[in-house]
Amino acid sequence: MDQNDTILTVDKLNKVFGTVNAVDGISFGIRQGRCVGLLGPNGAGKTTTVEMLEGIKKPTSGTILYKGKPLDVSFKREAGIMFQTTALPDFITALETLRMFRDLYPQSMSIDKLVEACSLEEFLDRDAKRLSGGQRQRLLLAIALINDPEIVFLDEPTTGLDPQARRNFWKLIREIRERGKTVVLTTHYMDEAYELCDEILIMDHGKIIAEGTPDALLSRHFNDVVILLPAEDIPEEFHIDGMDMFRSNGTVEIVTADVNTAVERLIDNSISLANMRVRQRTLEDLFIELTGKELRG
Amino acid sequence: MSPKRFLAVFIARNKEFLRDRAALSWNILFPVLIVAGFAIGFSGKSMDKFKVGLYQDAGVEQSIGAEFLETEYVHFFEVKDLSKALGSVERHQIDMLLDRKTKRYWINTSSPNGYIVERILKGTDAKAFKREEVTGSEIRYVDWVLPGVLGMNMMFSALFGVGYVLVRYRKNGVLKRLKATPLSAVEFLTAQVASRLLLIMSITLIVYFGTDIFVQFAMFGSFFNLFLIFALGAISLVSLGLLVASRTASEEFAGGILNLVSWPMMFLSGVWFSLEGLHPWIQKLSMIFPLTHVISAARAIMIDGASLIQLSGQITTLIIMSAAFLMLGALTFKWE
Repeated sequence: MDQNDTILTVDKLNKVFGTVNAVDGISFGIRQGRCVGLLGPNGAGKTTTVEMLEGIKKPTSGTILYKGKPLDVSFKREAGIMFQTTALPDFITALETLRMFRDLYPQSMSIDKLVEACSLEEFLDRDAKRLSGGQRQRLLLAIALINDPEIVFLDEPTTGLDPQARRNFWKLIREIRERGKTVVLTTHYMDEAYELCDEILIMDHGKIIAEGTPDALLSRHFNDVVILLPAEDIPEEFHIDGMDMFRSNGTVEIVTADVNTAVERLIDNSISLANMRVRQRTLEDLFIELTGKELRG
Repeated sequence: MSPKRFLAVFIARNKEFLRDRAALSWNILFPVLIVAGFAIGFSGKSMDKFKVGLYQDAGVEQSIGAEFLETEYVHFFEVKDLSKALGSVERHQIDMLLDRKTKRYWINTSSPNGYIVERILKGTDAKAFKREEVTGSEIRYVDWVLPGVLGMNMMFSALFGVGYVLVRYRKNGVLKRLKATPLSAVEFLTAQVASRLLLIMSITLIVYFGTDIFVQFAMFGSFFNLFLIFALGAISLVSLGLLVASRTASEEFAGGILNLVSWPMMFLSGVWFSLEGLHPWIQKLSMIFPLTHVISAARAIMIDGASLIQLSGQITTLIIMSAAFLMLGALTFKWE
């Protein structure tokens, strides 16, 4: 990695709560203009890590450098933050909330531009507590962008949104990327990470257990595919030697690097292939393989 | 300290309060209802005990007027300042002032209680004392209680309005979000104090002049002095609210602490009754409450026409308390 374009450098970062080591000596760098995803099961330490990067929590030990310097007021001016859960002041409209946050920074984006970029027109005069989930997230994203930040932290920004709202939100995040901003994203959704992130860090038990681009991670860990068949088409006792088979939710998954052999064995046993599907391995598979946990559970 | 950031939070907080119609109505209605209740319930009545002040009575021969001093249901107490005591007789706060050394007494010719106490005196060994007359209209209980009610409303608005809001903001993450901006704790806290001060003073003015139209309070002092005392009181009480809410994120805990602070103040700061008759220890204890100093100073201005120099003790105490509460609150303040 070229050190010159590293905007955030993390070295041997630790955070201890009582007897629990929530973040355990992690080190990594984030390059300018990249979107980096931080993934992990609940309790893996990703929110604690992000809050230390944001300057909200103090590390027990280790260093965080922003543009080569410890986090200070200039970092606060140049960072945009969208927390996992944030309430906004009551009885204040979306527009007034934006104005208040704008006045907390020495530099800011034009509110008109933000309103357009985050599609806030329809609810600008509405009290923040009367907004729908998607509207609220868009307003929080606009607040995170109000100071025209160099680096944007988004902590599970699409949790609780419907699929359409999520896809709209992804479009907004891509636009932020296109403007050259660095994005640090934590998410529970593997498809979201795959769609948006240039690089991924997977955390578990406070440590980084894998990092790289999504495709590089998948090719590094998997050389097989998954064959899916309806469970009712496959007898309970059916098994193919040397291949893993899983039954769940009315589907049988056969994990194999040798699709031809698997298909031959299925035909030999007179199993219908009419509803057979084959899929590539996903980040979700990688996640379960590495952590042994379901992401959304 | 950035004026722009201070103003951003100050304006937002003011809008928030003004649009919270329920809280706003309650802040205005509550004291109005109490004052109206007392104005109706105690109309025409002064405080119900006969009170006789004994001017510089220490060391006076015990036998002089001894029979009169044995009268039951009359509260005898020593006073040292003649002009102040005469002022109290003029306003019907004291029914009679007695000077056994020079064998004189003063009564207000328009005071029914003064008339009764004089009749009692005439039936005792003090009947030969020389009569001195003063005149002046009566101070009703509602006149006496008004500074207390205004002070109490100020206290609740300051403690709960600032304390609860701060704890709620901390609990739901508003403070955490603000921490991520360049806003400093001092800017945030100062904006909270200024916003609440503006609102408390506006409400106090509305309640005072609004109720004065119907009740016509006694006011012998300067409105400017009264405004200054209430402003100082509001600052000290808001600062106390900030201190109580400086760390906790539990509304239940904060509520408990706020009640622990506000209820003793409500009963021991002289809101409803004079502290003069209470045990000396309780009187000393009451001095730790800012509300005690606010009410005694406001009452002294309204009823006795006291000047700021005469109230320098209360003013100094309120300034020291405000500075201490604010400093401690800022030092212990936690965004999360």
